[in-house]
Amino acid sequence: MISYLEFEKPVAQLEARIAELRSAAEGDDVDITKELERLEVKSADLLASTYSSLTPWQKTQVARHPSRPHFRDFVEHIFDDFIPLGGDRNYGDDEAILGGFARLDGRRVVLIGHEKGNDTESRIRHNFGMGKPEGYRKAIRLMELAGRFGLPVVTLVDTSGAFPGIEAEERGQAEAIARSTEACLALPTPMVATIVGEGGSGGAVALASAERVLMFEHAVYSVISPEGCASILWRTAEKAPDAAEAMRVTAQHLKKLKVIDRIVKEPVGGAHRDPEAASKTLGKAIGQELDALAKMSSDEIRRMREERFLQIGTN
Amino acid sequence: MNWLTRVRNSLPFQSKRETNDNLWVKCPNCQEMLFAKEYEENQQVCMRCDHHGRIGADERLNQLLDMGYDLLEQPEVKEDPLKFKDSKKYTDRLKQARAKNPHRDAFSVGSGQIEGRDAVVGVQDFGFMGGSMGMAVGTAFCAGAERALTRNCAYVVVTAAGGARMQEGILSLMQMPKATVMTRRLHEAGLPYIVVLTDPTTGGVTASYAMLGDIHIAEPGALIGFAGQRVIQDTIREQLPEGFQRAEYLRKHGMVDMVVHRHELRDTLANLLDFLQGEKAA
Ligand SMILES: [Zn+2]
Repeated sequence: MISYLEFEKPVAQLEARIAELRSAAEGDDVDITKELERLEVKSADLLASTYSSLTPWQKTQVARHPSRPHFRDFVEHIFDDFIPLGGDRNYGDDEAILGGFARLDGRRVVLIGHEKGNDTESRIRHNFGMGKPEGYRKAIRLMELAGRFGLPVVTLVDTSGAFPGIEAEERGQAEAIARSTEACLALPTPMVATIVGEGGSGGAVALASAERVLMFEHAVYSVISPEGCASILWRTAEKAPDAAEAMRVTAQHLKKLKVIDRIVKEPVGGAHRDPEAASKTLGKAIGQELDALAKMSSDEIRRMREERFLQIGTN
Repeated sequence: MNWLTRVRNSLPFQSKRETNDNLWVKCPNCQEMLFAKEYEENQQVCMRCDHHGRIGADERLNQLLDMGYDLLEQPEVKEDPLKFKDSKKYTDRLKQARAKNPHRDAFSVGSGQIEGRDAVVGVQDFGFMGGSMGMAVGTAFCAGAERALTRNCAYVVVTAAGGARMQEGILSLMQMPKATVMTRRLHEAGLPYIVVLTDPTTGGVTASYAMLGDIHIAEPGALIGFAGQRVIQDTIREQLPEGFQRAEYLRKHGMVDMVVHRHELRDTLANLLDFLQGEKAA
């Protein structure tokens, strides 16, 4: 059963009406096919029109939708032969950030990304996708491994932010993030990052400092959460919708600012309505990007990546 | 508390202009009233409790660099790229900050010498919109690194920031990888990059160039961390340990090499530079 967001209420009502009609018609002689058809078209139109004009705050809700596909779903639908690799060789293994070897339509890659979990138990295990220093240090390890063995890196970014906790601070959360960003920039092989859900602040950029940055149509990417921004600048978290608008958190805005390079379309009604279709579209897009980059030398790739970040905001 | 103290306390920091007009300043730590001129001569360190006050960019550059250094022009950046407005327009906030500060933004660069050793010094000023990192800060940081590369000398960066400049949205976040491109170039060129962490250094600044130094020095008592203390408390609902995220705490946990008193900072930097870029005639 799909869980509806606040702004989807009209769609929810229509879909409930359709389901009601269907069950009522079962075993009945009355032909309601026509009526059902009419309602289904109406419902589909409503869904499409709702999703074609989402506000930044509504997109934030979609990006955080509990049924939105996450890292493990993408692994299942896009990649083959995933070999998870764990641990930072220093302190522990952080399951908020997963990674390993994988194949994308035969292409060998190192895959790294945040995993938020999809039920209470897995959400706790993955710490809601909020990485700790050991998670970022694992990512660094894997990127260095990729560089040494000539494998491109694919990252899937989906975090509300790095974990804010006592131990995370003690173990150097800031340093781990800074070094992870540095590892992205140092990588001699191609790197394609995708903001698949939430791109929250430093915890996101640490895995997204790539030469090609993709973003799902309804994903969001920002320096601080809209709630956080609102509570500082408006002095109340209730102004989060205004903050989301003002900060330009959507893929459409970020493409114009050249912070991202490509928007990946989602199924009508968001990726959570059809995770498999969303995954396939994403897999194809990442594959195309990797193929284009495969023709470049290490120096060219690194220069392209550096220039990308030096140029942002200047044009 | 009389009105005068109240007015003084509401000032985010005591700039030179303001301290000259007011004869007394109050230590934010021990509340002692200090004679402004003496406080200034003591490098804005409290004569009574040794609290290291927040200082402006010019004061810091004058404290660290030999006389006659070259102040880099602040690079031009696109102003208010998002046309941001909360309760106030970002452009108005910038105007306000500039009226109170001799510089156009929160990062200034001086190129010169530290006790005769070639160095470029970048200084972040908490007094300018909380030192927050936007395009101007990021670009000035890069310009400083560029100058160090041209001069083939060390880059010393004194950090102070509440975090990112939210009014520039994602473009402020993009300063993290941007600055890191330059720290990598210094690294590849074999040039020393030394970070001096001062009160407060938090958020995206800490999670990028502030934690990528060859050497990390912190000023005593400085608040240094990634996440804000309130955010941490709201997340874990636990009491924060004594001295959490302070310079001495970071020293204990291995994130900084040393905690150095402001009076010894210049000498310390000079000594380090002798090891890192060979001894040059003083
Ligand atoms: Zn004092």
